[in-house]
Amino acid sequence: MQIDLRTVSIKPLRQTFDHIARRIGPDKAATRYQEGTLDVQATHNFHYRPTWDPDHEIFDASRSAIRMVDWYAFKDPRQFYYGAYTLARAKQQETAESNFDFVEGRGLADSLPDALKDTVLKLLLPLRHVAWGGNMNGAFITAYGYGTALTQPCLYHSMDQLGIAQYLTRVGLLLGDDPSVLDEAKKSWMEGEAWQGLRRYVEDSFVLKDPLELFVAQMVALDGLLYPLVYETIVDDVLASQGGTPIAMLTQFMTDWYSETRKWVDATVKTAAAESPENKALLEKWITHWRDRAASALMPVAQLALGNQADSLTSEVVSQFNARLAKAGVTL
Amino acid sequence: MDMKVSKKKLGLKEKYQHMTRGLGWETTYQSMDEVFPYAKYEGIKIHDWDKWEDPFRLTMDAYWKYQAEKERKLYAIIDAYAQNNGHLSVTDARYINAVKLFLNGISPLEYMAHRGFAHAGRQFPGVGPRVACLMQSLDEIRHAQTQIHSLSNYNKYYNGFHEYRHMLERVWYLSVPRSFFDDAITAGPFEFMVAIGFSFEYVLTNLLFVPFVSGAAYNGDMGTMTFGFSAQSDEARHMTLGLEVIKFILEQDPDNLPIVQQWIDKWTWRGYRVLTLVGMMMDYMLPKRIMSWKEAWEVYFEENGGALFKDLARYGIRPPKWLDQIEQDKDHISHQAWATFYNYAAACNFHTWIPTDDEMDWLSQKYPNSFDKYYRPRLEYWREEAKKGNRFYNKTLPMLCQTCQIPMIFTEPGDPTQICYREVDYKGNKYHFCSDGCKEIFEHEPEKYIQSWLPVHQIYQGNCFNEGVDPTAEGFDPLAAVLDYYHLNFGRDNLDFEGSEDQKNFDAWRGMATKNT
Repeated sequence: MQIDLRTVSIKPLRQTFDHIARRIGPDKAATRYQEGTLDVQATHNFHYRPTWDPDHEIFDASRSAIRMVDWYAFKDPRQFYYGAYTLARAKQQETAESNFDFVEGRGLADSLPDALKDTVLKLLLPLRHVAWGGNMNGAFITAYGYGTALTQPCLYHSMDQLGIAQYLTRVGLLLGDDPSVLDEAKKSWMEGEAWQGLRRYVEDSFVLKDPLELFVAQMVALDGLLYPLVYETIVDDVLASQGGTPIAMLTQFMTDWYSETRKWVDATVKTAAAESPENKALLEKWITHWRDRAASALMPVAQLALGNQADSLTSEVVSQFNARLAKAGVTL
Repeated sequence: MDMKVSKKKLGLKEKYQHMTRGLGWETTYQSMDEVFPYAKYEGIKIHDWDKWEDPFRLTMDAYWKYQAEKERKLYAIIDAYAQNNGHLSVTDARYINAVKLFLNGISPLEYMAHRGFAHAGRQFPGVGPRVACLMQSLDEIRHAQTQIHSLSNYNKYYNGFHEYRHMLERVWYLSVPRSFFDDAITAGPFEFMVAIGFSFEYVLTNLLFVPFVSGAAYNGDMGTMTFGFSAQSDEARHMTLGLEVIKFILEQDPDNLPIVQQWIDKWTWRGYRVLTLVGMMMDYMLPKRIMSWKEAWEVYFEENGGALFKDLARYGIRPPKWLDQIEQDKDHISHQAWATFYNYAAACNFHTWIPTDDEMDWLSQKYPNSFDKYYRPRLEYWREEAKKGNRFYNKTLPMLCQTCQIPMIFTEPGDPTQICYREVDYKGNKYHFCSDGCKEIFEHEPEKYIQSWLPVHQIYQGNCFNEGVDPTAEGFDPLAAVLDYYHLNFGRDNLDFEGSEDQKNFDAWRGMATKNT
């Protein structure tokens, strides 16, 4: 039986704010993503120029060589505003928590073969610093990018990267005998030969000034090769087949996070590339450049776990990457 | 038999250090100066970022968990409030104008805070402050969005909310809060933190948030009250960050003291000037009042702030400048501001009114030294004139202060009958100021403040008409043209509350909700 509950019904004067209505039409109710995102950032009549960057306005589209008629052409397919974002991550952290509990509670970390444990520590722990670099870069685009549709998901990405760095730290504390494993991993990051290409990549990304080029270097190229290679290929396939399933549980957050986040990254690339042939050409140039650098920086890292398989598996990841970007309208 | 030694359990502090501090490194392929290019130009000297004491220790997983719980509750209430037409249970429809002031003037600043903290959170070379700033950046977008979402329902039924983003960049009085935040974000990252993290979030926040949120609670506005309460635990984190920033900077090098002191002087004054709008809201716009502006200043600044500055004295910090003037002004500024809005109600996106007799009596009681003597007679005169059909809407444009951008409405300290004017000649131009504070702030950074986008100047320069409008055409009505540029609907968004569409609709809708006819 349908119960027809009633409230006093009054007719609203308007469905949403005018700046939203100009975009979606006056008779439609706006979603929370739309009201919390569209045109939220100031665009006109700024009072002062930044003392730290007097050549630009506070928010200034010309910080990027990518040109957009409308910066709100970018859409996050996940429709993340703060509430939706935290709810999604809270759910994932619940899974992560029960995975850590499961592994810890059953002593599964102790049951891992020593060689495998050693590989995991050598491979995953220095990646804390890579994730920290991702956090820095997301913050940069949030601060200096143009338009909330682009900058908002970059902050979420930035905080996700911090979360990932912290999950990796927990893996280290769980698997290692004591916190000194973190220091050793940092030493490898600073001095170990296998890591120098990647560290150089990350540090070079820190000095990029164009927010969209940084987006390419971090979100497209580095994330786009690192996550499939390390988490999907090495952890979930190779190590799992060697008895490392508990590790896959501890990094499930990263795997899930990447398969969700790449949809937003793809949508962003697709929108920017579809805007103009100039954008497309520029993106192709940037993506090719950073993809090649990322692939060669990741190779010695992959070797830590894959030995002489590293070459072929990395190539495979690169060709998957190319296919993925082709779908986003970028020919590499 | 081998005994497995159980792992040493890490303390919270140590664990958090591994989760944050341990992540950063000294870059070598690019110099630290290239990676953090804005860390030195303000002259602040930091020798050891590791001395930073984390003001709170929250890892991301815990953050997501707590914040999601808060969001779930908040949005459940927002939905229920909208579904039940909660807006019809506010004390009196005049109250809704306080909410308009909030959405138009304050919520966009939350968004600016989000971007500003991302800037600081990228630029500090220390890991501890970077993480704390980024978490605040994330909180601030929360505040902007929860406010927009809560108040979206008011926009559906009432005027004056519909173009808050467009108006922020154009409408005369909104340049006051906006220029305040533009000023902060265009400063270096250290000044930004002293301006917003310390002066605003720590010293003045109670004078902004408490009046609005308590005002909402007192006036039956469950929606606004709920986002306020929900933001409270975030604010507590922000306050500890603001205080830690000051202490950290001061402990790092004695040379930092004069720079920080100048910033505290500047930002307390800048913040205080913006709070004029809040004072006016408390004394005139809340049908059910919480306390007077003067009382709020005494409790939240003189008492609480006094204790704070006593505590900071050990670093050599003295209380902010111009407190003696603020002390004298507290009897006056809210009345002077409301009189201004009453005058310029035609160019405003909320409604004005003359207080009722009861309300005037409340004001006399709260302001025994000033209200009956200076302000009641004027309000009564205006009421009489309006009754006779002579409601006067000022159509000329006021002179604005170059720094705070408030019209020159404030009076000389010690003489509430004399408007206070100050001026400075700079590079062949004359600049005007409302006070010694604003004048001195200008003199310290003239190249910054000569850039101010002053709404009145811009109108006179012809920059505030829509494209295609010809100001030389016969019968050109400048006010109408400016209101078009503002996207302000004449007769709906502006003028007196009495007779407004808001008033009529509210009465009709409340009738539907409470009566059977």
